[in-house]
Amino acid sequence: MSILVNKKSRIVVQGITGGEGTFHTSQMLLYGTNVVAGVTPGKGGTLYKGNEKDQFERAVPVFNTVSDAVAAEGADTSVIFVPAAFAADAVMEAADTGIRLVVCITEGIPTKDMLAVYDDVRSRHSGVRLIGPNCPGIITPGECKVGIMPGFIHKPGRVGVISRSGTLTYEAVWQLTERGIGQSTCIGIGGDPVVGTRFIDAIRLFNDDDGTDAIIMIGEIGGTAEEEAAEFIKNHVKKPVVGFIAGRTAPPGRRMGHAGAIIAGGKGTAAEKMEAMANAGIIVCDNPALIGETMKLLLAKKSRNGTWRQRRHGKTAVRKSSKKPARVKKAFPKGKKTSKRKS
Amino acid sequence: MKIHEYQGKEILQKFGVATPQGGVAFSADEAAAVAQRLGGTLWVVKAQIHAGGRGKGGGVKIAKSIDEVRSLATQMLGMRLVTHQTGPEGKIVKRLLIEQGVNIARELYVGITLDRARAMNVVMASTEGGVEIEKVAAETPGKIVKEYVDPSAGFKQFQARKLAFALGLEGDAFKNGVKFLLALYKAYEATDASLAEINPLVVTKEGAVLALDAKINFDDNALFRHPDFAALRDLNEEEPLEIEASKSNLNYIKLDGNVGCMVNGAGLAMATMDIIKLAGGEPANFLDVGGGASAQTVESGFKIILADKNVKAILINIFGGIVRCDRVATGVVEAAKKVKVDIPIVIRLAGTNADLAAEILKNSGLSFLVAENLKDAAEKVTNALAA
Repeated sequence: MSILVNKKSRIVVQGITGGEGTFHTSQMLLYGTNVVAGVTPGKGGTLYKGNEKDQFERAVPVFNTVSDAVAAEGADTSVIFVPAAFAADAVMEAADTGIRLVVCITEGIPTKDMLAVYDDVRSRHSGVRLIGPNCPGIITPGECKVGIMPGFIHKPGRVGVISRSGTLTYEAVWQLTERGIGQSTCIGIGGDPVVGTRFIDAIRLFNDDDGTDAIIMIGEIGGTAEEEAAEFIKNHVKKPVVGFIAGRTAPPGRRMGHAGAIIAGGKGTAAEKMEAMANAGIIVCDNPALIGETMKLLLAKKSRNGTWRQRRHGKTAVRKSSKKPARVKKAFPKGKKTSKRKS
Repeated sequence: MKIHEYQGKEILQKFGVATPQGGVAFSADEAAAVAQRLGGTLWVVKAQIHAGGRGKGGGVKIAKSIDEVRSLATQMLGMRLVTHQTGPEGKIVKRLLIEQGVNIARELYVGITLDRARAMNVVMASTEGGVEIEKVAAETPGKIVKEYVDPSAGFKQFQARKLAFALGLEGDAFKNGVKFLLALYKAYEATDASLAEINPLVVTKEGAVLALDAKINFDDNALFRHPDFAALRDLNEEEPLEIEASKSNLNYIKLDGNVGCMVNGAGLAMATMDIIKLAGGEPANFLDVGGGASAQTVESGFKIILADKNVKAILINIFGGIVRCDRVATGVVEAAKKVKVDIPIVIRLAGTNADLAAEILKNSGLSFLVAENLKDAAEKVTNALAA
């Protein structure tokens, strides 16, 4: 099992004939993703096989509008590689068809445009889920890659990964894969201040997914989305969660690459987030090099004690016995082992 | 993007936001001329730097004659102004705003910004003007009233009235206050601002409502829609190395530490800075070379990091996805040969073609410290610093 995308997902690529769209469509096809259509206004009715640099392994029919692609090919998931100035409109076009999932990769969309998009999706298209913008996309390893992440670092399995970052997500995923731990689904929710799917939304989905045993949540400075998710985890999530927050050494008031990664008015610091997460029973890694190792130790504990599911139904619920803040404190270079969850 | 107070006020005036009369001056003579033009008997001389807390630092002074304007301007221009936002090194004052004095009856606060949790803009007002809003929020949050703006409806008259009543405005001041709030929101929207903060907002004894100060920041993502804002950039306010980096399209932020770093991706770059700290160093910079880390980008990155004399070691951390590690490695080798590097370089390349990359680094004849993984990279940085 997985969340949001799987081998049955039918993908339409908005901006398929552009440079980015072409390259990543070729990569998605190579991964085995079921790309059923592309959209480029004015090029409808053609078959696209890539360009000189990137040849597709099979031709993809191109349509003028997303609704044509949905009608003709039954597309249920859109991925957007449209330049920033036009991306908000592209999301609204996809949402207007009632498509199930819209993944917007584009970086640099003005906040004002995103406020309108967020409002549009939330109030007029409640059945549509938006992921991003400014994100690497979503992948269910071995089944479906919708985005720009390198496919080969992933491995099918039972750990869900959610992150605001791109390459830092790859880092965490690689740490898991290197240790033989596979992933159910990995979602990059995006580095902008306004994103369609937040930590709390993705955590909800992973919590309800039978194919996910544990969750990795990678946040960063800025905003309060991590705190919001921590509160939800504290009250509703029985699956173990390992967390990390990037930007403990970031200066206040500076935008750290991502538009949303900024400590404003003294709010949104890594310390606040880590504390909120630890208080919710999340195992917070101080060191990003230890994310995979921490999850490995946690899962090893699980196999010794039976499955998490059994423990959840048991008398001493995992969450109850581990309410106290648990943090992996050991810093480099001495810390060889990560501390275990206190009980 | 940040701009000066006088620039913010000029923009606000275009949208009908009332401000005191004033003008910018780059010399004492210009300052006197502006004061002369404004007329009256009282002027305010305000240092223009991109930081708050100027009053406490001696950057805002009152003059009672044109001669006094001239002498205050002479004092202030070229002075090193230190406030809680500039850091101990302060900032050199190069521009002044000369304004007409006003009869202040009350000092209030108004600010507009994005509320990320609600994904809506929020208009905040407080009777505690002249005080930092973060301080008010922490100590007396009840004194801040907020109106959230529905993106499809916009900021409405009734919301402006609610805020004006909450500020205790009456009569002419109430009417002017409502007008002020609506105009301020219009300016915020139209300029793609990320912050419009008026602190203090003053009510004069005559019932006028004026922006005595104005802090406007713009959404960098929306600058393509406002080509005219490029002229508002003041390079004196920016770190020279950051200006240099922006020319090469590098996302670089200078910090005070001793370990430089070069990373692809913003999240991984922040995490790498955190690793440096855990390894016993302090990050000297944030540098995201982005998705297309070519030989050229790597070389420009090297030059910028090495121009910072505090840097005692460099950590390069690339996770090759779309970027191929062998290409990055080639870039690193070429750059290191061109630019003379006499400090240890720790390199960690993972992902696509990492094996080829390791081979290239090994055969380069240069003494790189090649790390296996993130943990190993941190240990190598620690050792490099100890050596």
